[in-house]
Formats: sequence, structure tokens, C-alpha cells
Amino acid sequence: MFQAQPKTEIHDVVVIGSGAGGGTTVKVLTDLGMKVTLLEAGPMLNPFTDFKEHMWPWEVDHRGVGPNAENYFGKDIYPFGYFLAPNGYWNIPGEPFTVAPGSEFKWFRSRIMGGRTNHYGRISLRFSDYDFKPQQFDGLGTDWPVTYDEMSPWYDKAEDFIGITGTREGIRSAPDGKFLPPVAPRVHEQLVQRAGKRLNIPVIPSRMAMLTKSIHGRAACHYCGQCGRGCKTASAFTSSQAMIFPAMKTGRLTVISNAMARAILVDSAGKANGISYVDKITRQERTIKCRAVVVAASACESARLLLNSKSTKFPNGLANGSNQVGRNLTDTVGHAVSGIVPALEGTPRHNSDGIGGMHVYIPWWELDKKNKDFPRGYHVEIGGGFNMPQIGSFRGVAAKAEGYGTKLKDDVRRFYGSQVSFSGRGEMIPNADSFLDIDPVAVDQWGIPVPRFHFKWSQYELKMVQHMHNTFKELIETMGGRVTSPDLPANLNSAISIGGEIIHEAGTCRMGDDPKTSVLNKWSQAHEVPNLTVVDAAPFNGNPDKNVTLTIVANAWRAAEHLAEEIKKGNV
Amino acid sequence: MEDQSRRDLFKIIGSSMVLSAAGSGVLSPALAQHVHAEVAAVKSLSGGPNYAPKGFNRHYFNTLRKLADLIIPKDDHSAGASDAGAAEYIDFLASRNAELLAIFNGGMAWVDGYMRKTYGSDFLTAKPDQQTALLDKLAYTKNHTPEVAAGVPFWTWVRNMVVDAYYTSPAGVKDLGFVGNGAMAVFSVPKEAVDYVMSRSPLA
Repeated sequence: MFQAQPKTEIHDVVVIGSGAGGGTTVKVLTDLGMKVTLLEAGPMLNPFTDFKEHMWPWEVDHRGVGPNAENYFGKDIYPFGYFLAPNGYWNIPGEPFTVAPGSEFKWFRSRIMGGRTNHYGRISLRFSDYDFKPQQFDGLGTDWPVTYDEMSPWYDKAEDFIGITGTREGIRSAPDGKFLPPVAPRVHEQLVQRAGKRLNIPVIPSRMAMLTKSIHGRAACHYCGQCGRGCKTASAFTSSQAMIFPAMKTGRLTVISNAMARAILVDSAGKANGISYVDKITRQERTIKCRAVVVAASACESARLLLNSKSTKFPNGLANGSNQVGRNLTDTVGHAVSGIVPALEGTPRHNSDGIGGMHVYIPWWELDKKNKDFPRGYHVEIGGGFNMPQIGSFRGVAAKAEGYGTKLKDDVRRFYGSQVSFSGRGEMIPNADSFLDIDPVAVDQWGIPVPRFHFKWSQYELKMVQHMHNTFKELIETMGGRVTSPDLPANLNSAISIGGEIIHEAGTCRMGDDPKTSVLNKWSQAHEVPNLTVVDAAPFNGNPDKNVTLTIVANAWRAAEHLAEEIKKGNV
Repeated sequence: MEDQSRRDLFKIIGSSMVLSAAGSGVLSPALAQHVHAEVAAVKSLSGGPNYAPKGFNRHYFNTLRKLADLIIPKDDHSAGASDAGAAEYIDFLASRNAELLAIFNGGMAWVDGYMRKTYGSDFLTAKPDQQTALLDKLAYTKNHTPEVAAGVPFWTWVRNMVVDAYYTSPAGVKDLGFVGNGAMAVFSVPKEAVDYVMSRSPLA
């Protein structure tokens, strides 16, 4: 039946991307009574059928290796395992990217309602005062046009809404927030705390987006440790369950899923006035008109979209008069060391699931130390405990402990739960060699030109890896353990994570007061296009060792309220 | 748990509702606990004597069962790998991956050939001490000789996959003493476990 539709329906605000930034924008604007349209490049999410929380490995024939034994042949079809929440991948069929010669980079895309928040680690750390003013702090990088004090109330709002565990510690590198009660440390974590005490390294309750108390109608955590699989009780934060689904219930949110944005359209005055996108299901080309655009497609996808949005008014890409769109690309420095701790062998069995991930962590502790050979710092994530056995859990011990029969069974039993791992997550200083531009020839299956990545770690990051390795080794040995990870190779480039691998990309549309050197103003609005806002990690002027999501939410919240005021005043 | 709650539970789990607005349509911890109790009951994953192999012929399937039980035997602690469905797991995957099927068929043909040459019978019908004599040569680097070198890659495959299969089965999970995948109202750590570890550590 023919459905009458006004020829030019004009949407108020169109948000592109449904992760932490897009979800926050949707929540804030619909709470303020505004009408919002959300474009997501992936499908709708159904937690009850898509989340594999509580599933045992034997409930699926292939136990998680893939229906055709893919995992045994090095074809990782599930980036974080079969049982994890729908999360995306570094390689998506039909949606390639290119990497410039001499560079290495992996571009993660999460095409699903809620984006990466469905599976992320939920580590929720405020950036510190000096993180907002890195140039003032040590001369490296550029300062944000926002101070910690300006951002702090927005962190408060974000924490109040999301629900973050933690304790007030008064550590400058780990600013205190509004915390829910922490979770008791597991046995191996208590041992790490003792080792830290001996080495003068602080090991404090972790700050994680899981509910140790029920808030905003979301149930308290039931401590199954499977947050990464997606949480059917929504006790672990996702933008899909906590922000977008409730917004849909208000009747003020229109969701268009499977919509791949091709370009942002502008009018003759240079204002954004619409989006051209592809309906991925039908391959139909569609256009919607709107009054304001909020881009939250993830740092690299947002930069790609702006660069691909060329017009006579913006021949260099939208809002790119500064030439900074795509520049200053950073990821987090990653390096991990594992060991076996004999004191843990034979630990009386108990349920150590807890919340998904660590209950304690190590914030950066050498902020005031002089004569370090790298700037800034890193935090340390701690792994261990009696995890649910999975395919591959014992391949290491099986390889090391030769033999078979009851001896092998005994070895595995003894090994189980005696492993402790430390993962460093450090700050990368933006550099001129790390950026993305548009590949001059390659397009994806939608005909959209793809990004080309240029990426290089500097000596700053490589030296930090050396420091991580030595520290983790010392911690393991202080616990009486022995390191099982390989020694550091002479070429540290093979010990550091690959760019993009830690999935904390940031910086590609940086903020600033000067339109000549920055893309966005202090409210994340494009200098050149006031009704265009970018609210993922692209606006960040740096990428501190404090995972990006909490700051994405705080900054997006702040930007959304500002946008709402500007719309009300008629400025946008 | 009352039957009514159970029915509610499965209704919720199986729900195809697209929207799970905050505070509604979510599992309570008590209900979640019940799911875990349902699935954690230890059960055999073995297909039993009537199982029809999908990838291997009957002889190789039985050889694989034997190998599985030698790698992870039944002992007074727990069941063995064949009862945990290790052979069925490998057979299922081999039926779906020609490369894997060739590795296992070729490996078991090599094993039979070695046994026939050395003892005059294939692996399955050889005496237990003859079977373990070969496995001892394959399993320990110090025993590797040119004579068994061609069997070592297969040994690594079968051992890894049997280990994978066993510890992802109810029997293996029980053997390890994994007691998670449940629901707790408050997360706590038993003092007994803390004391055990601290007293054994250099940080007591």
C-alpha cells in the first residue's frame, strides 16, 4: 500500500553511530524532549538471543573453535572467542581498509546497536588534570580547550548514570569519581596487592562499569564474570541497553539500523543539512534531511566520513580547513607478561568469577619520578583466577608439561588457577607519522572510499614497554612466581601491540580554540560547521592511559547539552 | 525454585523481545542461578555405542576413543576423555574440515602402520603395554627418534584436541573444580583459600 510521506521530512538531530558517544547523545537529547534519529551501520541488537551469557562450552558442538574448526588453523573468526558479545572485527568482509607501506595498523569496527560498548572491558577511569593540559605538563602534544575542572561535573553525571565501582584514593594520576562499592579482591589479586606493597606499587580497587548496587532500574550484578559476553540483566553498562533502548521507549527516537553513512550533506551556506547513506539490506541509496548532525562513528570512521564529505564549499573534506581531520591518530600502548605462581597451585576451589575483569588494578605510580626515559605513564590490568575453562585454556600447560594419562590430568589440575598476568595500557604521544587519509583508489562494497592508515610508535612508547616488562617480571617474581612469557626481544617493535589492536583509537578530529590547528571547538562542534558535532574519541587531544569510554560519555554529555541549548537559542 | 518461576525464566531467556528497557525484562539473580544449575549437571557427552561417526570410519573412530582415554584416563577423581565426548568432538570437526580429517586419518594410519611393523597388530588390538610404549616415544622429547618422528605432529594434534575436548566438557569442568558460572548476591572470597595461598607465598 502506498504510504503518504511528506516529500522533505526534516529530522531535528541525526546521530551517526550508537556506541558510547552516540548512545549518550541519544539519551541526553531525548531526555530533554528533543526528537532524534539514530543511524547505525550494523543490525539491531537483541540481548536475549544475541548474548551468550551463562552458556557452557559444551552447549555448542564445536565448543567455540568455529563450526569448521577455524581456530585450530589460525583463522580467528571470533576476535574474542565464540562466546563474546556481538562485537565486530578488525577485518570485515567487503569493508576493507589499507595500510601505507612501512606501517602496521588494525582497524576494529563494531557494526551492531551499541557498538563496542556491548563487549568492552568497562574499565572506567577519569582523565587527570594534566591529561587535559599535556603540553603545559611536559611540553608534548597539544592542550585540550577544556580543563579537568570543567570536565569534572560531566564525569559526575556519567558516573552517576553508568554506575562505576571504586574507592576514593586521592591519587593524582587516578582522579576519584562518584563510585559504587568496590568488589572484594580475588585470592591472586590479594597476593598482587602484597607484592605491590613490597615494591611500593599501589594496587587499588578497580573502576569498572558494573553495578554493585541496583541503579536506574538496572539490576545489581550477580557476579558471573561474563560481562564480555553481554549481560542480560544489563548490570554491566552498554549504550544499547542503558541508553538506546530506553530512549526508543520515549517515542522520540527513530532508529535506522544497517545504515552506512556515505557523506554528510551541506547547504549553500555551508551548514550540514542531511546525510547520504546506504541501506545495507536493500543496497538502496537514501538521503535524510536534518537540522543538526552528531557524528559518533568511532574516531577513524568519523574522520573517514568527514574526509569523504567533499563539496565545493569543503573541497578538502567537511570541516577540514585545518587539515587536522584524520591526523593525530593514537591507540593505547599494550604489552603483557604472564607467569605461574606456585603459591597458588592447589588453591581450595571456590567461585572466583566476580565481575568480568579485574577487581584491583595499578594506576600509574611514577608521575613524580624524575629521569624516566619515557613521558607520561601506564596503568596495569591484572588477570588470573579460576576462569571457566575454554578451548585452548590448557594448550600452554599441555605444551610445557609433556606426557599423558593421570600425570597430564594432575599437571592441568595443578596449573589451573595458578597463572597470573599483567597487561600494561600506556599513553601514546601523538606524532606526525600516525594518521589516516583516504585511499586514492580503494572503495568498500558500498562504493565508499576507504581509509588508509599510517602508523608509527615512537621511542617514547617503545621505552615504556621496556618499563612494563621489567615491572611485571618483578611483580611475578616477588610473588614467588616464574615468568612464562618470552623475554623482551631486541627489537621492541615486536613486543608492543600493533596500532589499533587495543581498540582505543583517538585524536582524529582534535578540539582546540584555534580553527587553524583544530577541527572542533571546546563543545566538540566543528569550527567551520556549527551544527556538526563529533563526540566519540576523535575530539581528544591526547590518549592518556585511561581507557577512552568514560571520557567519551562525559564529553558527549557535555556536548549534547550544549547543542540542545544552541538549538533552543536558534544558533544551530 | 517454583515451577512458575522456572517457566518465567525460560520465557525470558527464550524471549524474542527486541527491547529490554532498563528495569524490565531482565533476569533476576535467583533466576540466573537456576539456569546454571540446569546446565551444570555433569552428563556424559559420549554418543555411546550406537554413535555413527560423521568423519572417520568405525575403526579410526574406535582408535580415537582409545587414544583419548590413554591421554585423559578415567581415574578415582573423574571420568575419562572418551566419556567426555572427545572422540565425538574431533569426529564432528573432522567431518567439516578436510584438512583436519586428513591429519587424523593420516596420523592414525601411521600409528597402525608402526604398530603392525613393530608388534604385528594395529593399535586397537595391541596389548596395553605396547600401546603405551609407542605413546611414551611420542610424548617425551627425549624419546623422539627418527623412527617415530612422523608420528609426533599427529600426537600434538590429538593430545591438544583431547585436552580441549575434555576440559570443555562437564566431566573436565568437574575435574578442575570450576564452581563458577553461577549467581552470587555478594561476591566474597573464602578465608581458607586466602590463608592457603598466603602461607605458601614468600609474602606471608
